[in-house]
Amino acid sequence: MTAEATTEAPREPEQKPAERETLLTAFQRNLWASNGVTVTTLSIFLAVVIGAVLIVLSDSAVLAKFAYFTARPGDALGSSWDLISAAYSDLLKGAFGDPEAISAWFSGTGSWQDALGPISETLTYAAPLVFTGLSVALAFRGGLFNIGAQGQAVLGAVTAGVAGFSFGLPIGLNLVIALIVGALGGALWGFLPGLLKARTGAHEVITTIMLNYTAALFLSWLVIQQGIQQPGRSDAISKAVDSSAQLPSFGGALRVHLGIVIAVLVTAGVAWLLNRSAFGFELRAVGANPHAARTAGISVAKTYALLMAVAGGLAGLGGATQVLGTAHALTPAVAGNIGFDGLLVALLGRNRPWGTLFAALLFGALRAGGNRMQSYSGISLELVTVLQALIVIFIAAPALVKAIFRLRTARAAGQSASPAKG
Amino acid sequence: MAERRLALDPLHQVQHRSREIPLKLELRGITKRFGDLVANDHIDITVEPGEVHALLGENGAGKSTLMNQLYGLLQPDEGQIVVNDEPKVFRSPRDAIASGIGMVHQHFMLVPVFTVAENIALGAENVRGGPLGWLDRRRARREVIETSKRFGLPVDPDALIEDLPVGAQQRVEIVKALTRDVDLLILDEPTAVLTPQETDELLAVMRSLTEMGKSIVFITHKLKEVKKIADRITVIRRGQVVGTASPDTSEDELAALMVGRAVSLEVDKTPAEPGRAVLQVKGLIVDDDRGIRAVDGVDLEVRAGEVLGIAGVQGNGQTELVEAVMGLREVRAGTVELDSENLAGLSTKRILRSGVGYVPEDRSHDGVVKEFSVAENLILDMYDSTPFGNAIRLDTSRIASNAKERVAQFDIRCQSADTAVGTLSGGNQQKVVIAREMSRPLKLFIASQPTRGVDVGSIEFIHGQIVHERDQGTAVLVVSSELDEVVNLADRIAVMYRGRILAIVSPDTPREAIGLLMAGVTSEPAAVAPVEEDAPVEEAAAEEEAGGAGEEGTK
Repeated sequence: MTAEATTEAPREPEQKPAERETLLTAFQRNLWASNGVTVTTLSIFLAVVIGAVLIVLSDSAVLAKFAYFTARPGDALGSSWDLISAAYSDLLKGAFGDPEAISAWFSGTGSWQDALGPISETLTYAAPLVFTGLSVALAFRGGLFNIGAQGQAVLGAVTAGVAGFSFGLPIGLNLVIALIVGALGGALWGFLPGLLKARTGAHEVITTIMLNYTAALFLSWLVIQQGIQQPGRSDAISKAVDSSAQLPSFGGALRVHLGIVIAVLVTAGVAWLLNRSAFGFELRAVGANPHAARTAGISVAKTYALLMAVAGGLAGLGGATQVLGTAHALTPAVAGNIGFDGLLVALLGRNRPWGTLFAALLFGALRAGGNRMQSYSGISLELVTVLQALIVIFIAAPALVKAIFRLRTARAAGQSASPAKG
Repeated sequence: MAERRLALDPLHQVQHRSREIPLKLELRGITKRFGDLVANDHIDITVEPGEVHALLGENGAGKSTLMNQLYGLLQPDEGQIVVNDEPKVFRSPRDAIASGIGMVHQHFMLVPVFTVAENIALGAENVRGGPLGWLDRRRARREVIETSKRFGLPVDPDALIEDLPVGAQQRVEIVKALTRDVDLLILDEPTAVLTPQETDELLAVMRSLTEMGKSIVFITHKLKEVKKIADRITVIRRGQVVGTASPDTSEDELAALMVGRAVSLEVDKTPAEPGRAVLQVKGLIVDDDRGIRAVDGVDLEVRAGEVLGIAGVQGNGQTELVEAVMGLREVRAGTVELDSENLAGLSTKRILRSGVGYVPEDRSHDGVVKEFSVAENLILDMYDSTPFGNAIRLDTSRIASNAKERVAQFDIRCQSADTAVGTLSGGNQQKVVIAREMSRPLKLFIASQPTRGVDVGSIEFIHGQIVHERDQGTAVLVVSSELDEVVNLADRIAVMYRGRILAIVSPDTPREAIGLLMAGVTSEPAAVAPVEEDAPVEEAAAEEEAGGAGEEGTK
């Protein structure tokens, strides 16, 4: 049949290699095809290359050597290379551990805290990003652009923090309650724009941005109120969270806490929700084609409202992790930038739960490594932000990456890109 | 571009009119591959000057790929395009137009918020005062009027495209091609979006263009039109020319050539045995998206074991009627009862679960989620009920085994049930929708445009399934703007016009009579719309028929 001829051509070879194909040939064929993994890897690579250029440009001593580049190119290139390699090796050491410290730990001359410190930092930075990233990714799968993860995280931090120092429940229970209350706070902040969208069609981007401001200003106001503010302090800081409500850390000296474990569990939960649950089916259907979903009897409005509440709850957990795990008290900046970083993390993770987890780990690693790079190589922490931004830009513009590396267009994409119809 | 603009200059007009060199086109051994798929396999076609050359083939046979190469949108891997014995290479549509080849796409390439004249000028704008100068709108207008007069294609140069009906938009596309001074016009599935009347008008236009020495390549899969208009027919199947035919070839033979096996164009069915009234619609009033009354007091009854067909030109309220029954559109007044249970106000989910199957008219918009797999689409409206899952979780193994069953039972051609539906051909996508809606016990089955954009082979199958459903005692409501389909499938035909059921007639009613009803012509002479001048007798007969039937419809 003719129909057969057309249906056989556009396949997704990168995902489902035909059975007769060996794993190896499939791997080779897809290595330079423009699939998600290749593009992501190359995006990171490109960002690192451009980052290297920026490192050189920002160092006046090295730049001076370029002035006599034609006379002695070795000088300029050599010192550039030294600078770049020092910077990036500090980045890696700060993110994953210094080989010297690790071997010192094995030989008994160094402490395990020094060896594992970098990993601990990476995981500490990554944990809240996992939650906010999942929040954005999940909403996106349902066709909603949750710019409001920041505000939801702030509200999650507020409710979790207040619960953390108010209830005084026994150990264990206090933490669980604080986490739940944090998630509920975020869920409320997500449900509002979801409801507005469902009922009135108000665009979630606008409403969530406004709620971000509201949440941030509410937090600034709240922390200086009596009963919330730390007694005896005049600056904007709340009472400390009871130790029974803090996320326990592994071994006193390291900052890493239970949050990262919860993050992995929640990632698994979101993956299940998305792919195996009835609600996940609804939200994916609504996200991909709301008209068909409605025609099939799925209530689009209900899905939007519920989805935003769940997404808000995830972001709220992110804020809760921040206050219960790292900060231990509310300050106006307690949630930092985790909500907005969550947008980037979700984009980098291609809105897939496990992808988001890895993206959050990468961002955490960059942040932790950036700290070391700043103090050892004297390279501004902002470079890390630039790297993060570059990675995301390249991922957002896959055509650019494909053009630079001349990737073969995947067969499925090639078919749909051609104007041929029949 | 410069010479072409010159050619349109009034000064050069005389010269350009005398340039009536008829264009002879030859395609020699054209081959185009997409990966492993050979879309065109050594295709040879010759288009003589002044002929309508029909290119007949199913969806996905490679017709459009071939034409896109001819129009410079794609480059052939092998083979030659020869215009007037001169081999040509077309790198872009510009090259093709310069050689006198124009194309009207199936999906119009018009800017909705621009006027007709602006759209026609677009891409070949007359600019005064250099590249950053101003547009010469007056000249653009003049050219449009001139071309439309010369070829007898009335278009209003100042109308906005978005205000024009589809038929008029298509005329704009044709005028646009003709102002580019082309001698060969490719029409890609031009009738797919047209009403029967508009189709007739288009065929007349095509005839008059060929009389003026233009040649036309007419891409279609509709056999009736091919027989009516074509001088020569080339049939393409799976990227190869499988035969040429003359217009005298019978429809059955043409269909067999197209599909590669004998197909029956008639629907095999026994007389209906109507039972109880399953769906009862009384005094239904529904508004469309703009708040304008679309369904204006419709009374209908669909009985168990019969097919009620709703015939009518698209846009006469059929869509809104069906959506109101399905709970997708608010019922302003009136009742919709399924086995005496009022459906008005219930959610779509409740209506689907109470034993209604629904095939929406716009498959890719409302019928399938293209990103979803075949398996997921097969349970799109049953995902949270047994056996596929519950309110919490999905049963993936049941979903997979269901998919396997349905794919086999409904002959859905796909690599596997995990393939995204968007990669399937139109016919197979439609089979997915039909399989989904028929895979549970039904009281009522509603199919809107069940075979739109579906290839001949699948049409036969889908019609068979609908009749099968009827024979199991389901009440079936079929809405189609293709009169043939309604006549073939229905046991009773309701003709809808401007939101009302004008008449309910038997499928044996002469087609002309139904056609007149579709145009709103009933027994009242005042309401008679302009009809073809050659049919006074038929008109009288139709009036009689419609009058009698009209009574039946309103009682």
